Parts: sequence; structure tokens; C-alpha cells
Amino acid sequence: MTRASARESAFAGRELGIVVAFVAVVAAATITRPTFLSGQGIHDLLLNASIIALLAIGQALLVITRNIDLSVGSVMGLSAYLSGQLFLVDKDLPIVVVVLAGIALGAVCGAVNGALVAIAKVPALVVTLGTLYVFRGIDYAWASGTDTTQINAYQMPSGFLSLGSGSVLGVPNLSLIALVVLAIAAYGLHNFRAGRELYAIGSNPDAARLAGIPTGRRVFGAFVISGALVGLGGVMHAAYFGTINASVGNGRELAVVAAVVVGGVAIFGGSGTVVGAALGALLLTTITSALPILGVPAFWQRAVDGAALLVAISLDRAFMVRLAQRLRAERAVRRAG
Amino acid sequence: MLARLLRWESVLLVLCVAVFAAGSFSDGFGETSNISFLLLDYSEVALLAFALLPIVLTGEIDLSVASTLGFCSALTGKLWDGGMSFETIVPIVLVAGIVLGSVNATLIIRFGLPSLAVTIGTLGLYRGLAYVLLGDGAVTGFPENYRPLATDSIGGDSFLPYATILVLVVGALVAVLVHMTTIGRSLYAIGLGAQTARFSGIRVNRIKFSLYLLSGALAAIASLVYTLRYNSARADNANGMELVAVAAVLLGGVSIFGGRGTVLGVAMALLAMAGLRNVLFLDDVSNEIQNVITGLLLILSVLVPVVFKPRRTKDVPLEPSVVDTERRPGADAGGRLRRDHQGV
Repeated sequence: MTRASARESAFAGRELGIVVAFVAVVAAATITRPTFLSGQGIHDLLLNASIIALLAIGQALLVITRNIDLSVGSVMGLSAYLSGQLFLVDKDLPIVVVVLAGIALGAVCGAVNGALVAIAKVPALVVTLGTLYVFRGIDYAWASGTDTTQINAYQMPSGFLSLGSGSVLGVPNLSLIALVVLAIAAYGLHNFRAGRELYAIGSNPDAARLAGIPTGRRVFGAFVISGALVGLGGVMHAAYFGTINASVGNGRELAVVAAVVVGGVAIFGGSGTVVGAALGALLLTTITSALPILGVPAFWQRAVDGAALLVAISLDRAFMVRLAQRLRAERAVRRAG
Repeated sequence: MLARLLRWESVLLVLCVAVFAAGSFSDGFGETSNISFLLLDYSEVALLAFALLPIVLTGEIDLSVASTLGFCSALTGKLWDGGMSFETIVPIVLVAGIVLGSVNATLIIRFGLPSLAVTIGTLGLYRGLAYVLLGDGAVTGFPENYRPLATDSIGGDSFLPYATILVLVVGALVAVLVHMTTIGRSLYAIGLGAQTARFSGIRVNRIKFSLYLLSGALAAIASLVYTLRYNSARADNANGMELVAVAAVLLGGVSIFGGRGTVLGVAMALLAMAGLRNVLFLDDVSNEIQNVITGLLLILSVLVPVVFKPRRTKDVPLEPSVVDTERRPGADAGGRLRRDHQGV
């Protein structure tokens, strides 16, 4: 087996692994409760995965460049609250304006993170751990300052709410949005020059810089795009749930990072795909939906997310060690022959 | 190097003085009861920060400290609720903390996984297990003969709480460990270059492993203080406290890349942050805004040294020998993995 095909089989193995785990979870849940796999059941599974998948796609871009964004939950909450507030101010506001405002707010938050990471060269972990609390605090201060701690569905136009709950040909709107974003991100990451450069930066930042790649600008760009996707996710959350308070998205960063890592994006950068990240999100949200059906209390969700992350990185490590050993052995054979 | 450290600690001294000077304008800041409250309020954070300090010195990270505290607190509540005596609970909880620390250590050191990813995972896992133990409920009514240890001051009305004495003792022990022992010196060597340290005969893995056990034990001790102080065991106890602990460590002048930092710096950062929190509290600033300020402090403590230092790596020299591999907290295992990958 050549080196390239060994690597390809490694990635195929990862996606295959997710599919196998997914099938196992769905099968177990369906045996216990047959409606789990009905038309409505599949609809719900897709819908639950959509928002996390969107966040995971953005996060994957960052992790590929050897960065991380822990502030996603707070940014999502901020943008969800913004969309609610805009409708409070003017219920007749065109929906597209609100969606764009949410995306823009997310992009601004991403730009703040990106500027600190790319220009000031502060590690992303520290910056985004800090902004996690800064953005969340702004959200709370805003909510308590305007005396509307909760915005409810009746205060939002029906067009906006049907964007969140409606579907086209059985596929939920939100899932369609996530799929379109996924297709664009996957195509761009695989084919555009800037996309390839993200992998180069993650594999070896110094080599990438020496090769003439504007690393700072690319990382900054990845933060802005990721922020914009999180902003979109916040608006989608508002449209789907119809209830918004200052704690929307609290603690979601764990699920997002777990989805990305479970989806096969190496935490030290340089490898992985957005499709994998989206599949990881689908798997984790499906496990979450299946838990109560299998008789596991909902309290287990956070523990399961954390455990999934740990299992995924452990398997990755074991697999990489095995792969390296095999290739080394093959090289020895080639040399001998 | 020494001059640099001293400079950072003088910055912290100025910060402490400024905070306490600002405090003197707030009503009741100087009162004995307020000073003891100020100190007490940061006792758990201080214990977690002292647990984190040696780990960060080696270039690793432990984001699960607050979740370990949460789990141990939930366990305390569960056992107390089940009718166990408090004297029996204490050793069990300590062992539980050490076990959680050993899970981190095994994944990071035995399996060679990056500490950042592992401890984000266990942050979720341990907090999740705390919820599994207690759900949304709370356990209260802890024994009145032990609670004063976490709430009262020496002699009843002095400014020095018993819990602060515990913090001072732990801080002193960590200071001895870090600054006065061979192991302590080797922490700096590991942080500056784990491989060089290994070739110099330092048992890198064994030392790192013990640091995570220490971290688990200190988080368990902090959980006992927390549970007794609030007289309440809940699954969400100390949720998000890892931010404050990490902020204190970094504000204390410890490099996130390892190899630089002192216990004195962290202690001064803790004092400054405790003072600031108290001043904000007296001025009726909400908890959320306090979080914003802690978050900003965390970012500033890393940003300021970068901005006010002539940056050597601004233009990367083209000689490969001078090009340093980009360092990133907890990425050591990543380096190992990439080498495996490239060693094909």
C-alpha cells in the first residue's frame, strides 16, 4: 500500500467509523422505540444537528489552522439575543435584515478574537477563554439593561418563526441552510488557494510563513468566517426555539469542540474536513436524542459529550501510532528489497 | 531574566496598591469583616491556581480543575445525604480528586494526548458526572462543627479566616516545591524544552503525572472548603472557576508556554483580583460584569507582555536553525504525533 492510499484509508476509516457508530445508535434507539426512525424522527434528528453542525463547520476551519474558539457559545447567545431585540424594536423588520445583522455581529466577535490571535499573537485558547466571559457578560448586561430578560415567540413575526420550524420537501429549512454552508465550506477548503493554505498553516506555521503564506491574514479570516457562521447559528436558534434569554448557547463550546474532534479534525491542526465535523455534530446530537429513549437520564448529556471527545482523540492517537508503525515497516521492506 | 520577572512583579505590586487604594474609597472596605470576606471569597480560586501553576510551568494546562471541584462537591453531598459521617467523607473525596487527576494524567502522559484537548473533554465529563450524581438538586445541612473552619476567622473576629491559613500553607508548600527543590527547577526545564529536559535525565513523564495528581488533590480540598463555606453541594458548584484560576496564573506572570513564572507573582495576582472583586462587589457591580472584567484581565495579562516587548520573531529569519517551532500550550504531544506522522 502506498503512502497516499494509506492516508486516504485513514480518513475513509474515520468517516466510516462515525457512520458505524451512527447506525448503531439509531438501531438501538429504533429497536427500543420504532418511531425514532419515522419521517418525523429523521426530521427531528436533522433539525437538532443543524445548528451545532453550523458551529462545528466554523470551528473546524479554526482547528485546522491549529487554533480554537471557546467563545462560540457566548457569540451564539449574543447574536440570538440581538435578533430578538431587533424584532422588539420593530416587528415588521425584514427577516433578511435580522439574519444579516446576526451574521455581522458574529463576524465582529470573530474579528475581535482573530485580531488578538493573529495580530497580537496571543494563544487562541487564552483569548477565547477570556472572550467567552466577556461576550456572555455583555449579553447579560444588555438583557438586564433593557429589562427584557426573556423574549418570547409571540414577540417575533410568524415569518421568522416559520423559517426556523418550516421545511422544504420534508427537509427542515435549517438543515438546508446548514447543508448549503457545508457544501460551500467543503468546496472552498478543498479547492480554493486560501482553503489549502489553512491546512499548510495548521501543519507547520513557520514553514507556511516561510513559504509566503500570509498566515496572520488567513487565521484572521478563518476567525471572521467562523464568527459569522456562529452568528448565523444564533439567529437560527432564535427562529427555531422562539424563546431567547441571556443564557442561550451557554456551555455549547464543549459540544462544538467535541463534534469537530469526533469528526476527525486533528486538534493540533493540519488535517480533517468540514464534512467530518458536520457528521460529528450529527452523531453527537443523535446520541443526545437517543439517550432518554435508551433509559439514560438527560443529565448524562454533558458527560457523554466530554467522553466522546476523549474517546475520539484516544482512537485517533492509537490509529496514528499503528499507521506510523505500519508505514515504517513497509519502508524497511522497500529498503531491504 | 531575573530583572524581567522582578519587573512583572513590581507591576503586580502597583496593581495591588492601586486596587486597595481604590477600595479605601468604598464604604466599609477597610473593616475587619470585609477584609476577611475578601480573603475567604478567593480561597478556592487560590487553591486551584496553586494547582495549575506547576502544570502551566511545564507547558501543559488543566482546564478541568473547576469541574473536578464540582464533582467532588457533588460527591460530598451525595455521601452526606446517604448518611455517611463527615470524617469518612473527607478521605473518600480526596481519593476521588486524585483519581480524576490520574485519569487526566493517564490520557495526557501514558496515551500522549494533548493536555488542552484532554482537559476540555474532562471539563465536560467531570461536570457531567457531577450532574449524574446530584441532578438539579442541592444537599445542605453540613455539620456545624466543621463549617466554621470554612467560614470563620481566627479568634472569631480577626481579619484572617482559617481557610486563608490553609491557602497560605498550600501556597508555601507549592513555593517550596517550585523554587527550592530539584523537581521544582526541573519544571522550568521541562517548560522550556521537554525533550532537552528528558535528555538531561529529568523524568519528565513521572513529574508531569504527579502534577496532575496534585491538581486533583488540591481541587478536592478546594471542594471541601467550597461545600462547607456555602453549606451547599450542587452539581454546578464553581462552574466556570477555571477561568478565574487560569487568569490568576497568567496575570501572575506565568508564561502560557511554560518555563517562566513564580509563586509570588501568582499570589500577588490573586490578592489583586480578590481586592478588585471585593471593590466591585461593594460598588454593586453585577456578577456578570465582574466576569467581563476577569475575562479582560486574562486577555490583558497575556497581551501586555507581548505588546511591550520587542518581538524577536517579527521577521522570521530564513536560517532553519533559528526558526523555532511555533509553541502552543499543551501541544507537546502534538509535536510527538506529527513526528510519528512524518517519520514515515
